[in-house]
Amino acid sequence: MHSLTPITALGGTAPRVDQVAGVTCTEITDLALASVAARLGKEKACAKALKAVLKAAPPDAGKALLAQPFSAVWMGPDQWMIGADFATHEDLAEQVKATLKDAASVTEQTDAWCGFDLAGDDVRPVMELLCNVNIRAMTGGDATRTSIHHLGCFVICGDPQSFIRILGPRASAGSLHHAITTAMASAL
Amino acid sequence: MIINHPILGPRDSAEFTYLGDAAMIDRPDPDTASPQDWHDYAYLRDNPAGTHRELWWHEGGDRSWLVITRNTLTHEISKVEIARDVARKMGRSK
Repeated sequence: MHSLTPITALGGTAPRVDQVAGVTCTEITDLALASVAARLGKEKACAKALKAVLKAAPPDAGKALLAQPFSAVWMGPDQWMIGADFATHEDLAEQVKATLKDAASVTEQTDAWCGFDLAGDDVRPVMELLCNVNIRAMTGGDATRTSIHHLGCFVICGDPQSFIRILGPRASAGSLHHAITTAMASAL
Repeated sequence: MIINHPILGPRDSAEFTYLGDAAMIDRPDPDTASPQDWHDYAYLRDNPAGTHRELWWHEGGDRSWLVITRNTLTHEISKVEIARDVARKMGRSK
């Protein structure tokens, strides 16, 4: 038997937590991800099947569905990123594919992304330094893809003032973490 | 410069990359095109001083391809469309 030690996107054995003033940045390690892209001509069937999975309508442009056990983020026309708890949904892509069948292409994304949760008194100054998104115009349930530190990242808004989730490319987790902690140190 | 994305609203142009003339969508039919058609498609571009339709990619955003109508003299953007919709209107990807 191999004896392998799982590591986080930043290479640690436990999620990295950084705190500056009243804001914490926590590495996300318990999130399973799968992307869903409706196949040509099956957009309606895909949306309907996805509704059965999510127990709610798939989110519109610029929106996220923040729910348990499945969350979803709009990625593009007829495309979504589905998220779930890793412990119970390690095979998320297979689970989603079982319902969507040939209405959509489902791709495992768990190890393609890293994530950071920004939480605290006021995360808005940090986000204003990090990206172009007008964070003060966002409300809970908004989500958009933008550039942070030249990396294409999802910004998912739980509460514009106190909770933001950032998903970025896992291969650049160190750079993204550096950008976030630098912005925290500057803005707070 | 701000590009008014048809789905996502106004976004900073730094999120976009430029490809070129939107005429690239209109690829010749491989079954009927002559070598001259391919030559024209691959090499010949108009270079208008004025209104120009061009392909832009929302790389730092939702990764959509857009057809943007831009005035090359003033940089004024008069129209932004999703390239997929433009191509389908032309009878592609049906």
